[in-house]
Amino acid sequence: MPPEKAEAANVSIQDVVGIQQTTFIQRLFASQPFWITMALFAIIAFMSFYEPAYATERNFYNITRNFAFIGIMAMGMLAVIITGGIDLSVGSIMGFVSIVAGVILEAHYPWWVALPAGMLAGAALGAINGYIIAYIGLPPFVVTLGMLAAGRSFAQILSGNRMITDFGPDKAVVLEIGGGQILGIANPVWVLILLTFIFGFVFNYTSWGRRLFAIGGNEQAAQLTGVPVKRMKFQVYVLSACMAALSSILILGWQGSAINALGIGYELRVIASTVIGGADLMGGAGTAYGAFIGAALIEVIRNGLLMAGVDANWQGAFVGLFIVLAVYLERIRGRSRA
Amino acid sequence: MALLRLKGITKSFGAIHALNGVDIEIHPGEIVGLMGDNGAGKSTLVKIIAGNFPPTTGEIVLSDETVHFNQPLDARAKGIEIVYQDLALCDNLTAAENLFLGREIRKGIWPFRVMNYDAMFKKAGELFEELQSETRPRDIVRRMSGGQRQAVAIARTRLSRAKLVLMDEPTAAISVRQVEQVLALIRRLKQQGISVVLISHRMPDVFAVSDRVIVMRRGAKVADKEIKHTTPEEVTGLITGAIRAA
Ligand SMILES: Nc1ncnc2c1ncn2[C@@H]1O[C@H](COP(=O)(O)OP(=O)(O)OP(=O)(O)O)[C@@H](O)[C@H]1O
Ligand SMILES: [Mg+2]
Repeated sequence: MPPEKAEAANVSIQDVVGIQQTTFIQRLFASQPFWITMALFAIIAFMSFYEPAYATERNFYNITRNFAFIGIMAMGMLAVIITGGIDLSVGSIMGFVSIVAGVILEAHYPWWVALPAGMLAGAALGAINGYIIAYIGLPPFVVTLGMLAAGRSFAQILSGNRMITDFGPDKAVVLEIGGGQILGIANPVWVLILLTFIFGFVFNYTSWGRRLFAIGGNEQAAQLTGVPVKRMKFQVYVLSACMAALSSILILGWQGSAINALGIGYELRVIASTVIGGADLMGGAGTAYGAFIGAALIEVIRNGLLMAGVDANWQGAFVGLFIVLAVYLERIRGRSRA
Repeated sequence: MALLRLKGITKSFGAIHALNGVDIEIHPGEIVGLMGDNGAGKSTLVKIIAGNFPPTTGEIVLSDETVHFNQPLDARAKGIEIVYQDLALCDNLTAAENLFLGREIRKGIWPFRVMNYDAMFKKAGELFEELQSETRPRDIVRRMSGGQRQAVAIARTRLSRAKLVLMDEPTAAISVRQVEQVLALIRRLKQQGISVVLISHRMPDVFAVSDRVIVMRRGAKVADKEIKHTTPEEVTGLITGAIRAA
C-alpha cells in the first residue's frame, strides 16, 4: 500500500467527526464576495461622508455605467476562468467588434445588420481561440495572447486607423441602445444585472454550468466521467468573446464613435474583477455575483480616488492591493486548494 | 459463453511496453482477482477495458462482439463501469455532484432544464447507505477522508445496471469495517449476475471474494487459477517472480 494512502486511512475517523454541514451564515461569512461587498459599502459610506459631491445621483449613474462594461465581460471571463483557462484577448476583440459594427453602420446599413454582424465577428475570434485551445491543445494563455495582438491588428487594418463617427441613418438607435437609460439606470447596467442573474443561474443550476466547475477541478476526471471537455472549452471562449462583443456594442452607443484603440488594457480589469470576486485562476471556483461586485469595487476605487482629488495614477496601486489582499484573505481563511 | 474476452492485448507508451500479449476471459457473475507488483500493468489493462485508451494491438470481445471503445462513455454504454485507482474525483464539487458527474439528474424542459439536486442528494444518500459509508452527499470532496472519497467513486458504478465492474484498488484507503462493506457489495454484484474484476494488493480480500485469480508480472499474465486451486503463498511467489509461472 502506498504510504499516503495508509495515512488517509488513519485520519478518516477524525475527519468524519470534524466535518459538519455548513449553515447559510457560515457559508456567507466564508464567502469572498460577501466581504468585498462589505468593503464596497464601507468605501461608499466613507466617501459620502467625506465628499458631499460623491453621493449624488449623477455620480452613481456614472459609476454603475462605467463598471457595467467591465462587468459584462467579466461574466464571460468567469466561465473561462472556472474551467481553468484565461482569455487575454477580450480587450482586442472589443476593439475589433466596434470597428466592424462601425464600418457597417458607416456604409449606411441598418443597426440590426451592423450590431449582429459585430457580435458575429467577435464570436468568430472567440471560436478561433476556442478551437486552438480545445482541439489543438495549446495553452489558453499563449493562444489568447496571440489573439490579443491579432485582434487589435485586425481592428487597425479594417479601420484604416481612423475614428468612425458617422453611424449612418440608424445613428440614433445605436446611441439609444448603449447610451440610453431606463428608470434612471443606464442600459448597460440593466444588461449587466440581467446577465449576472442568468450566469448565476447557469453556474449553479444547470449541468452545463456545474460541469465547468468539474473541468476546472479535475479536467481528467471530468473527461473520464463523460463530460464533453473539449466541446465545453470551445464554448467558453466563444462565450467570453460574445460578452466582449456585447460590451463593445454598448460602448459604441455610449461614446458615439468607433475607435480601434477601444478596450486596450481592459483584459486586466476584467480578470481582476473576477479574482477580487473570488474566482480562482487555477480553475474550479468563482461566482457571477462575485464578478459583478469585483467590477463594482474597482470602479468605486477609481472614482473615489478621483473625487478625493488623489492623482489618478494611484488607481493601479489600489486595485493591485485589493487583488492581492482578496486572494490573501481567501488563503488565510483556509479555503484554498493549496 | 464468456462475457469478456481479451485476445493478445499489448500496450506501449512510447518505449515502455506496459502490456505484452495478454489473453483473459471473464464469465458472467464471476469475480476475478487481478494481482501483480507495482507497474505490472494492472491499471493499464482495466483502463483499456474501460475505454480510456485503445490497446496498441489485440482484440476486445464483449458478448461475442468485437468492440472498439473510443472513449469511456462507449464502454459505459456497453455496461462496463470502473472505479479508477486515483478515483477521478473533482475536489471542488460535492459528493453527490461527483457521483452524478456526466449523468446528472435533471428536471424541466430545455432551456429551463435544471439540476434536480433533491433527487441526486436522495439517490446519493441511498447509495452511500448501501455502502455503509459515513459520506454525506452535500460535503465537498476536498474535505472528505480517503474512505469517503472511495465510497463516492465506488457508488458511481451503482448508477446504472452494469454487466462488468472494474475496481482498481477499491480497498486501498479504507478502514477494516469499510473493506468488509466493499467485499459484501462485490458479493451482491455477483448475485445479480454482474462480473467484477478486483485489483488489490491485499491477499485476504482477493481470497475472500474471488472465484479466480490472475497474476500479472511485467505486462504479461503469469497465472490464471481457480481460487480453490491455489494458495496465498503460491500467488505471492508468482507476484514476486519466485515462482515463474503456474
Ligand atoms: N499514461 C502512461 N504513459 C506512460 N507510461 C504509462 C502510462 N500509464 C502507465 N504507464 C506505465 O505502464 C506500466 C504499467 O503501469 P500500471 O499503472 O498499469 O501498473 P499497475 O500494475 O497498475 O501498478 P500499481 O500496482 O502501482 O497500480 C508502468 O511502467 C507505468 O509507468
Ligand atoms: Mg494500478
